[in-house]
Amino acid sequence: MVKYEKPQSFYDVFERKGPGQKVTHYCPGCGHGTAHKLIAEAIDEFGVQDRTIFCSPVGCSVFAYYYFDTGNIQCSHGRAPAVASAVRRTHPDSIVISYQGDGDLAGIGTAEIIHAANRGENITVYFVNNAIYGMTGGQMAPTTLVGQKTMTTPMGRNLRRDGNPIGMCELISALKTPVYVERVSLADGKKVLRARKAVRKALKNQIDGKGFSFVEILSPCPINWKMTPIEARNWVVEHLEPIFPIGNFRDVDAPEVKESAETARLSMTPAMMDDETLYTTLSTQRDLEADKPVAELTDQFVKIAGFGGQGVMSAGVLLANCAITTGLHATWLPSYGPEMRGGTANASVIVSTEAIGSPLVNRPTTLIAMNGPSLDAFEDQVVPGGLIIANSSMISRTATRKDLRFYPVPASDMAQKLGFLGAANVIVLTIHALLEGFPCVETLRHVVPHSLKRKNLVEMNMKMIDAAVEYVAANPVEAVPQETGAR
Amino acid sequence: MKQLMKGNEAVIHGALLGGATHFFGYPITPASEIAHAGADLFNKAGRHFLQAESEVSAINMLYGAAGAGARVMTASSGPGISLMAEGISYMAGSELPCVIVDVQRAGPGLGNIWPEQSDYNAVVKGGGHGNFRNVVLAPNSAQEMCDFTYGAFEIADRYRATVFILSDAYIGQMMEPVELPTEVKHGLHKEWALYGDAESRGNLITSIRMSTKDMSDLNLALKAKYEQMETEITDWEELDTEDAELLIVAFGISARVSLTAVQRLRADGIKVGLLRPKTLFPFPRKRLAELGRGGVLRRAAVVELNTGMMAEDVELALPDSVEVTRCNWLGGEVPTTEDVMEEVVAGFADIAGAVR
Repeated sequence: MVKYEKPQSFYDVFERKGPGQKVTHYCPGCGHGTAHKLIAEAIDEFGVQDRTIFCSPVGCSVFAYYYFDTGNIQCSHGRAPAVASAVRRTHPDSIVISYQGDGDLAGIGTAEIIHAANRGENITVYFVNNAIYGMTGGQMAPTTLVGQKTMTTPMGRNLRRDGNPIGMCELISALKTPVYVERVSLADGKKVLRARKAVRKALKNQIDGKGFSFVEILSPCPINWKMTPIEARNWVVEHLEPIFPIGNFRDVDAPEVKESAETARLSMTPAMMDDETLYTTLSTQRDLEADKPVAELTDQFVKIAGFGGQGVMSAGVLLANCAITTGLHATWLPSYGPEMRGGTANASVIVSTEAIGSPLVNRPTTLIAMNGPSLDAFEDQVVPGGLIIANSSMISRTATRKDLRFYPVPASDMAQKLGFLGAANVIVLTIHALLEGFPCVETLRHVVPHSLKRKNLVEMNMKMIDAAVEYVAANPVEAVPQETGAR
Repeated sequence: MKQLMKGNEAVIHGALLGGATHFFGYPITPASEIAHAGADLFNKAGRHFLQAESEVSAINMLYGAAGAGARVMTASSGPGISLMAEGISYMAGSELPCVIVDVQRAGPGLGNIWPEQSDYNAVVKGGGHGNFRNVVLAPNSAQEMCDFTYGAFEIADRYRATVFILSDAYIGQMMEPVELPTEVKHGLHKEWALYGDAESRGNLITSIRMSTKDMSDLNLALKAKYEQMETEITDWEELDTEDAELLIVAFGISARVSLTAVQRLRADGIKVGLLRPKTLFPFPRKRLAELGRGGVLRRAAVVELNTGMMAEDVELALPDSVEVTRCNWLGGEVPTTEDVMEEVVAGFADIAGAVR
C-alpha cells in the first residue's frame, strides 16, 4: 500500500522554501524528508496532531517547524531532550517528539540524551544518523566512519586521533530505563517500511505512557558525502549498516523492560496543593505565640563557636528565634562550607531593637566558646567589658584578657550527665540569658520546643535549662570587668 | 509571626507563593539550600522539582517548561550561571519568562564559595550572546529574597523576560525573620505558549529570525521593552540623601554593611547618604543623575565586592561634577563596618580630617 497524499500533520505549503513551496528545503536524496513524512503519518494515524509538541534541533532539521503543523519549539544545539523532558513534565497529556541529528545528539548533546533516556522520560526521540554534519558544511560527526573523509578529516577519520564512531543505540540500550530502542535505515523501500513501523511504535509507546523510546534512522546525505542520491543509498547499505547494524535493541514488551518502565512512570507530579494548605505548610512557626515584647535592650553581638556537632549553629538559631518572638530584630550568620567540615564552626547572631545593617560580628559582646580553639581564635575580638562563656569541660585555661568577664561552665559534662551531650548548647545559651538579661529564661522555655526538629528532645532540653539556672545560682558571677570600655 | 529562615530558603517560600510550578536545578555551594528547600517544598506542594544532569540541561528545562507556559525557576552560583549563558540568550531570543537566582561566590573559575558580587557584569549586562538584558533584582535580606522572588514571576510574565535574583553567599546563607506574603499567586494562561492542544497548535517558540529585517525587528522590540522597564520597574532605596555631600552606592550584602557605616559616619558629623539599587537592571541612573545635579552632592563611593563593576554604571549616571571613588573587597572577604567607613573616607582627603 503506497499513499501519495501529504499527511495532515504537515502544513499545506512550506514557507521556508521561497519558490516551490510544495517541496522541502532538504537536498535531493536527503533522508530527512522521508523521516519527516513517516513521523507525520504516525501523528495522523494516532490522531494526536493537536496534542503533539515537536522539538526541533540545531542542524539541517532546525526548520522542522516549517513542516509539522503541531506545537513547535526550537531548541539549542544538543539540548532538545532536556527541553522535551520539561515540556512533557509540564503537560503530561501532550505528545512530545524530540528530533535530532548526529552532531546534535551524539556530540554536543550526549549528556542530555543519556540522562533523558535514563530518567525514562515519556518522550519519543528520532535520531537521524548520516555520519556527518550537514548544516555547517560537512564536518566530522561522532558517527563518522573511520577513514571517512569530511571537511575536518580531509585525510579520513583517524582512529588514533578521533576514535571510533559512536553507536547510540548500543549506548542507550545499556541503560535500564528506556523501553524501546531500535535502529532503522532509509536505504531502500523495504527498509523504509520497517522504519515506518519503528517510528509508529515509538510514538505509540508514548501515547500509551510506556516511557522513553528511541529510534535511530540511518539516512543518506548525498551532498556532503559528495555522491549522487543513488550512490548515497548504496553507501548506507555498504558502509553505514555494517558499523551501525539495524534491528531492535530493546522492546517494551520484554518483561524485564516492562518492570523498569513501570517504575520510571511513578514519578509524575501529584495534584497541586490548594492555596490555603500551601500557606499553612510554609508557615512553620504558626503555632509559636509572641512573647511579651522587649522594648529596651542594648544590642547583642554574639559569637558562638565550637566543633561541628556541638550545636553552635542551632544555639544561634535558638537565640535569634527568642528575639523574633519578643518583637526584636535578629540576624544569624554561619561560617559554612569546607571550614565547617572537620574544623571549627561558628555562628554570629545580632539582636537589636532597630533594623540591623551589617550582620557581621567582628566585635562580639558575648563569645560562647565551646572548645579551646574557639577561645584562642576569638578572645581578642570581644569588646572590653564583654562576656566570655567558656565550656570548661573542654577548655582548661582562663581568659588572658582582664578587661572582660569570663564565666566558665562545664557544659559538656553537665549535658552528658543529664543524658544528652548534644544539648550542651542549651546550657551555655541559658547562661548567656541569665548573665546578659536577654532572652529571659521563660522565653527560652517558650521557644525551645519550636526550634527543635526532634520533638522527643524537648523535655531533655528543658532539663538543660533548669541545670543552667541552678548552676548560676550556685556559682555567682565572680569575674567583673576591671575597666569598662564602650559596648 | 515572622519565621526565621535562610535567604536561600526564603527564595523557595517566595517562589511557591508567587506561583512557581517548576524548579530545575543542579547543586552548587552556596546556593544548594535553594535546591534542598525546593526538593522538599515543591514536592510537598504538588509542584515539580527535578535535579538536572548539569546547569546546561537545567536552563534548557526552564526553556521547555517556560515555552509550555509554566512559571519556572532555577538557582545557582557563578560557575553554573556561566554554563547557563547560552540558554539564557535563547530565552531572551524566544522571549520566554523565567526566574534565575544567582547566589554569588568568588571567581573567576572555581574561585571559592565565599561572597563576591563579581557576577554583576555577566548578569546585569546580559550574560550571553546577542542584544539582550535581564531584569536584575538585588535583595539584601532574607525578607527580600522571599519578596523579590515572589514578585519576580509577575515581572517575568509581564515582560516575557528572564528575571535574575542577584544575591550573594551571605544574603543566601544568613538567617533572618521573614514575613510571608499572604496572597498566593498563580500564572495565567499564555496565548503564545504550547499547551499540547488545538488552540495552541499553531504556536512556535524559537529564537531564529531568518531575515535581517526580522532579526533587527526583534532586537528593536527587545530594546523598546527594556526602555519600558526603566520607566515601570526601576526601584531603589535611599537613606539620608537630602543633604548628603557624600553618597554611598551599594547593593546586596555591601549595602547592609554600608547602611551601618552611614549611620555611624552621620554620628561623626559627615553628611553622608546611601542609595541602594533594588533593581540593577533597570538601573536607577535617572535618580542618581538627579541627585548629582542637585548641587549638594559632591562625591560618591561605590562599595561592592568586585573590582568596580557597578561603579562604571554609577560613573555613567552621575555628572562629572561628582567625584566617584571605588571601595572594593575581593576573594570572598566581606568588609566590617569600620573597613567601609575607613575606605569610603580615605577616598576623599578633605573629609578624612573631619572623622574622629
